[in-house]
Amino acid sequence: MKVLMLGWELPPHYTGGMGVVCYQLCQHLAKSGVDIEFILPFTADYSDIGFMKVNPALPYGVDQVLRQDGGGTYDSQYFTYMDGKGNKRGANMNEHQKHYSDYVLKLVKYGEYDVIHAHDWLTLRAGIAAKQASGIPLIAHIHATEYDRAGGRPGNPLIHEIEYIGLRLADKIITVSQATKQSVIDNYGIDASKISVIHNALDFNPAEMYEQGSLYPYIVKMKQKGFKIVLGAGRLTIQKGFVNLLTAMKEVIYRNPNTILLLIGGGELYNELIAKAADLGISKNVIIVGYLNGTGKAWRDAFKLADLFVMPSISEPFGLTPFEAIAFGAPVLMTKQSGASEVLNNVLKVDFWDIDEMANQICAVVSSEGLATTLYDNARREVELLTWAPSIDKLLSIYDSQALGMTL
Amino acid sequence: MKKSIVLYMHVHQPYRIRNYTIFDAGVNHDYFSADYEHNTSNERIVKKVAEKSYLPTNAKLMELIEHNPEFKISLSITGTIIDQLQLWSPETLRSFQDLVSTGRVEIVGETYYHSLAFFYSRSEFEAQVKMHRDKIMEVFGQTLTVFRNTELAYNNDLANWAEKAGYKGILAEGWDPVMQWRSPNFVYKTPGNDNLKLLVKNYKLSDDVAFRFSDKNWSEWPLTAEKFTGWLNDAGDATNFNLFMDYETFGEHQWSDSGIFDFLGHLPGEWLKNPNNTFMTVSEAMDSYETVGELDMPNTVTWADTERDLSAWLGNAMQQQSIAALYELEPIIISSGDWQLINDWRRMQTSDHFYYMCTKWFNDGDIHAYFSPYNTPYEAHVAFMNAWHDLQFRLSEKGLI
Repeated sequence: MKVLMLGWELPPHYTGGMGVVCYQLCQHLAKSGVDIEFILPFTADYSDIGFMKVNPALPYGVDQVLRQDGGGTYDSQYFTYMDGKGNKRGANMNEHQKHYSDYVLKLVKYGEYDVIHAHDWLTLRAGIAAKQASGIPLIAHIHATEYDRAGGRPGNPLIHEIEYIGLRLADKIITVSQATKQSVIDNYGIDASKISVIHNALDFNPAEMYEQGSLYPYIVKMKQKGFKIVLGAGRLTIQKGFVNLLTAMKEVIYRNPNTILLLIGGGELYNELIAKAADLGISKNVIIVGYLNGTGKAWRDAFKLADLFVMPSISEPFGLTPFEAIAFGAPVLMTKQSGASEVLNNVLKVDFWDIDEMANQICAVVSSEGLATTLYDNARREVELLTWAPSIDKLLSIYDSQALGMTL
Repeated sequence: MKKSIVLYMHVHQPYRIRNYTIFDAGVNHDYFSADYEHNTSNERIVKKVAEKSYLPTNAKLMELIEHNPEFKISLSITGTIIDQLQLWSPETLRSFQDLVSTGRVEIVGETYYHSLAFFYSRSEFEAQVKMHRDKIMEVFGQTLTVFRNTELAYNNDLANWAEKAGYKGILAEGWDPVMQWRSPNFVYKTPGNDNLKLLVKNYKLSDDVAFRFSDKNWSEWPLTAEKFTGWLNDAGDATNFNLFMDYETFGEHQWSDSGIFDFLGHLPGEWLKNPNNTFMTVSEAMDSYETVGELDMPNTVTWADTERDLSAWLGNAMQQQSIAALYELEPIIISSGDWQLINDWRRMQTSDHFYYMCTKWFNDGDIHAYFSPYNTPYEAHVAFMNAWHDLQFRLSEKGLI
């Protein structure tokens, strides 16, 4: 089975949740004998990856593509093209997607692939073009739709358009949760039979779980003094719901002044959240760390210090961070509006809009060692049983049926 | 009685907080030690300002003092800039000492740290005023008799304090809503105080020099000493023209190529052409002229922005939260007896830190952006609060919290 995998990010470079999922998914597929060629929109060193071929989509005459992140959202990305002589020029998202697409078209013209597996709207244009040119079946893997990213706002009409066309033309659609499947049905008018749900899982590197020392000596000290640490992590966008978490924290801090909210992430709401914490009168208890690479020690150490991890997302098609929290030692509160809440039971769940209840539950955990420990111990046992195996089996059978469909 | 120009200039630089992260808190306590190339490098800024402004201005003033027996000035110089000059530009400090030793320069008292302590802690405020007084005696051998508060932030309470503290006089902004029909060009009394004299800034004339001098769209551009002194000579009833401005006006806010040094160089000669004109220091003006009335200022007035209030420092919640957090630590910090810790805490009180967090982007915002070493007010707030967390860490290490 040979798969042309169209991705947008991959650890250790520019990694959000989708990158982590792509990496681990491919690792397990490769173990099962799948031959993968993974296409990325930028140049970076992936020589450590032995289980698949990773190639940058290079426009004609360009030797390197460098990626810059603007506000941290997908459509604010910007790319720099560099030729062999070191000449540089810029390209925006639209132009670069076009070049990515041209590159993929060349690949399918000369290469032999059984299926094209495209991740999110970012690679859908290339996926559609490649399918149309080659007849190879296209699987669209939806980690989030524009409805999710927009967090209740209309979103970008161009992205909606790409998703609408891509979802129609794909031979098969994979979503990361039931909720996302329903959203694809409701918002894009796709027939339910074309969609399969494949939940994510998360593998852990034991070496990372038992690292020594902490990069947050201040937080360590405050914990010794009896402070409790509430952690939030993710892109600082509307979708992630951190404004609601801040509002809830005001109530928590009022009742438990020795509580600190540690917030990790960069994005368009960075300034607004800092100002909001001040407006709420809780600047002393809110530490907005800024962007951290999801593969770094600072990221992991934050989870290890947390007494409670909160994922307050307004919309979260899946959400990997609760799994990381549990792996690194923190109990979890998440919104019911997340895909992960379909698979995790031993976590607290709240509606994203129910700020009082969010505050109530955070207070309960930071003030009750018993609750925190019970919640955590059970979550830990649960997560150890949630492996990639069933998801990989399901995906392999989708590959087989799509590839077969092609030969018939 | 001759009419006088009372030229008073303010010398100050803060200890800017570097890009101090939460990963520094508990590890490095060097909040004020940015890499030399970074925007927040205090050493680099002090050396730059010394070269562009302090040294050439002092040379020009020395020349003017030598050539014009009646030329006199007043200046205030904060503890934080004296400390920095001692470290990084001792020759500049010597040039200030040389100026003062001519006997024609009066130094005005203020808080050592250029802080807003008056509005938060009277005991801390008085400690800083005393520190400044001692520092000026040590460095310049002068006893202070006139007071100005940080950013000229003034109200009746401050006047009452200054009277009790034994000052001869005090400085404030001559802001229209307070002055109403009155002219800033006289000496005033303050309500309920028998001895204290008040000089208010003539902001129109001061800003002609400090802000508008190089503005080519200004109808009076280019401004010459002849034109400027002409306005003063034609001003009618007046005793003292109070020109209050930042020292950095010369060479830093108005660059040398704008002709600002020529303007300064010609000012005494032009003004003294008229035998009825002279120069006075602030206390000389207070001693020489009768007060013409009383100025009641129950609300705090500053010399900044179109509002002339404290909103540039305390107008938004980030500013209010961070300054409140800082003063909340006062009793514990002071009780620590740890001079390094107390000094760091006091350096964080410098008003500039809160100014950098100002979000009034429109109207006055361009001025704020120009004077900030940070990309955004939010960055300034984050660096400040991370340093605050480290203070908390250090207190905690000592078992004080």
